[in-house]
Amino acid sequence: MKPYPDTGATRWTTPAALVTAAVLALSACSSSGGNSSGSGGAGPARAGGTLTFAVGSDAGCVDPQQVGSNDTIYSLRQVVDSLTDQDPRTGKNVPWLAKSWDINADATTFTFHLRSGVTFSDGSPLTAQVVKDNFDAVPDLGALGTLAQGYLSGLQNTAVVDPQTVRVKFKEPNAQFLQATSTHSLGIESSASVKKSPQEKCSKGVIGSGPFVLKSYVQNRSVNLAKRTKYAWGSSLWTKKGEAYLDKLVFKVVPEAGVRTGSLQSGQVDAIGSVGKADETALKRGQVDLKARANPGAVFNLGLNNSRPLLKDPKVRQAILFAIDRQQIVDAVFPTGTKPATSILAHTTPDYADLGADLAFDEAKAKSLLTSAGWKAGGDGIRSKNGATLRLTVTWFANAATNQPALELIQQQLKAVGVDVVLKEQQISQLAPTLQAGDFDAAWGNITRADPDILRSQYSTQLANFYRLPTSGLDSALTEQTATTDSDKRRQLVERAQKLIVRNAYTVPVVELQTQLGVAKKVHDLDFDASSRIQLHDTWIG
Amino acid sequence: MRGYVIKRLAQALGVLWAAYTVSFLVLDYLPGDPVSAMAGAGADSGQVDPAQIAELRHQYGFDKPVLVQYAEHLGKAVRGDFGDSVSTGRPVTSTLTEALPQTLQLTGAALLLAVVLGGGLAVSATYTTRRWLRQLLLSLPPLGVSVPTFWVGLVLVELFSFRARWFPAFGNDGLRGLVLPAVTLAIPTGALVAQVLAKSLLTALDQAYVETARAKGADRVRIHLRHALRNAALPALTIVGLLAGQLIAGSVVVETVFSRDGLGRVTAAAVTAQDIPLVQGVVVFGALIFVVANLLVDLVYPLLDPRIVVASARKARAV
Repeated sequence: MKPYPDTGATRWTTPAALVTAAVLALSACSSSGGNSSGSGGAGPARAGGTLTFAVGSDAGCVDPQQVGSNDTIYSLRQVVDSLTDQDPRTGKNVPWLAKSWDINADATTFTFHLRSGVTFSDGSPLTAQVVKDNFDAVPDLGALGTLAQGYLSGLQNTAVVDPQTVRVKFKEPNAQFLQATSTHSLGIESSASVKKSPQEKCSKGVIGSGPFVLKSYVQNRSVNLAKRTKYAWGSSLWTKKGEAYLDKLVFKVVPEAGVRTGSLQSGQVDAIGSVGKADETALKRGQVDLKARANPGAVFNLGLNNSRPLLKDPKVRQAILFAIDRQQIVDAVFPTGTKPATSILAHTTPDYADLGADLAFDEAKAKSLLTSAGWKAGGDGIRSKNGATLRLTVTWFANAATNQPALELIQQQLKAVGVDVVLKEQQISQLAPTLQAGDFDAAWGNITRADPDILRSQYSTQLANFYRLPTSGLDSALTEQTATTDSDKRRQLVERAQKLIVRNAYTVPVVELQTQLGVAKKVHDLDFDASSRIQLHDTWIG
Repeated sequence: MRGYVIKRLAQALGVLWAAYTVSFLVLDYLPGDPVSAMAGAGADSGQVDPAQIAELRHQYGFDKPVLVQYAEHLGKAVRGDFGDSVSTGRPVTSTLTEALPQTLQLTGAALLLAVVLGGGLAVSATYTTRRWLRQLLLSLPPLGVSVPTFWVGLVLVELFSFRARWFPAFGNDGLRGLVLPAVTLAIPTGALVAQVLAKSLLTALDQAYVETARAKGADRVRIHLRHALRNAALPALTIVGLLAGQLIAGSVVVETVFSRDGLGRVTAAAVTAQDIPLVQGVVVFGALIFVVANLLVDLVYPLLDPRIVVASARKARAV
């Protein structure tokens, strides 16, 4: 029964092809990066209007306590308020839902005095009990809310002191908690929302007290928000008092970068996320402003596995550090304005210290370090010692479009000093297992966090210690910085930690991640917050 | 005839089972699972507690032996229950049925365009007596099959949305939003229709009955459309199943380029998140559409051309 032999055979092969296509399509998340700029200067601000924002992806969840991707945070940040806000210029925490707070001397107990008159969009009032309900529920999110529950790890209890005062107690000193209260992850949701299951919060959304209210969410299509009328408890950083200017916010999911760019240029949307280097030229021609800010936290770095025999030798680690020409990588791969790493922390992180001199490109020094460590160059230029080749496998994940070109350049740069680099791509799902198992020489990645405590969670040997650092004086610096409320003392400790990490080359900092947005010129005061995400309360269209 | 139907049905079920099993094995073979994918997405902090991951894995049953998982899932799948999506927690079947209308709209419009344009091209190419024109027209289908759909979509968006601003660049809204995606998807499909139909038209035109008709004094249009096209359309019908598969596969690309909701987007998202229950649902659902389309063709065909059942019956008896 083959009336048409030419096609008869291929008809049944399509299901197999479908399976293959589905499996092969496994790939690419997008990521994005940040620099601050206030616009304005276009006459008086005007209320009303709709802002349409195109993002590249949808996390499949509309609970701010559970999401971690920028594209989703942009919308959900507007729905919830936080106890504090963080000033992107100074890194200091300032009042929002809490009008003041006290922290005990060893940073184990945090007492927040709540603002009165705050209501959630379901009408219920903000009380100390609501905050307690939130902090009691967050640890139960577990792996579904890694960011939020990480901020609260070591929580002993949350107590209601009086209806407007709540006390959060930790088992160990936890200085980072103050900054954590300013994040979207610990945004305060109504008691009714907190009682729902994580899955239900994800698909149906949550009730917050924020300047915008979630109106509808269609997975992979859009998130629609409407202004909360009579909103009157904005962050002390915001310039506009009372409710937001914009009536509506529409976040459209547009996965294709070229389509986002064209849609912005042709006026189909007002702003877009994840602008890459390739899109810049096109956007600069139109009525568009590019806004960028470096993400605070740990910069893109080659996280070395310090337990590998090769990498136990500080000379080899330092040679890798000096062999990388960071400026060349920035110029070739990253969006305009991106800064090469000048510490393990990005320059937008509080208590960042400029160690640019320690991270200067020095090929001769790299070579002499390797030679003095006993690695001799062979005929092909690659070094070896006692018959072993100087080879470094770099594991990376397809979570940013810049990863591969950046690493290929690093590969060339290291080859120039005699190090053979093998690049190994892994699925994003392999990130956590790979780090946990220590199954890597070097892993490429970054972490966004607007608090220097990120150094402790990454490099303290008392925690997960994914990079297998040896115990050293670094541990005490990291432990002490989390136990002090004295900002000068904390800055000194964090600076010491950064120097120890960079000078011992426990990791190789390379480049900062910069969040870049494209915004139509008619949109004003669309500003980055301290975590290089956006707040839209002050934004207006004129 | 009954034997023929049973055989076709058994074959169809076999394909469904194979699609399910192969996708299950491939997904199982991939490193990681949906839980670590989920944790990895938020694992910026690197603070994921392995115990919590293990607990979540247990909750979804990913810690059981592969064969047990396979048997359990297959048992449920047979009853139409594909479980809940790991990334959203919603039932797989409702995710799919919600996405289906959007994709049907898109693929239906694309199929219509493909048949009209592809058929028209095949008829005109075989009708014309100008050699250069025929060559030109016949060279279009191979081109249409070989240009990447992704690229075609981007070019159309650039020209008709960003420059001319006639159509929106993204979304599922209204008829205007359907035009560009449907055209994009219709190009490779129509090219396939044109290729097959042109070939069988040329074969038909060489047949003796055409000669007879011509001798009887029928005019060219009548010979071409009444005699040759009717006979040539029969073989072309067999590729309907193939087209169904191509349209579903194409919708993954087209829906992504045009940011449309639908099965294609669900597929892409599910695969990225390694959302095993959802991917399995998509694969089986895609295979089902494909199998049903082919089954219909196989069952309708003997009605149109009785020689087929006779032939297969004879073969069956010989065995």
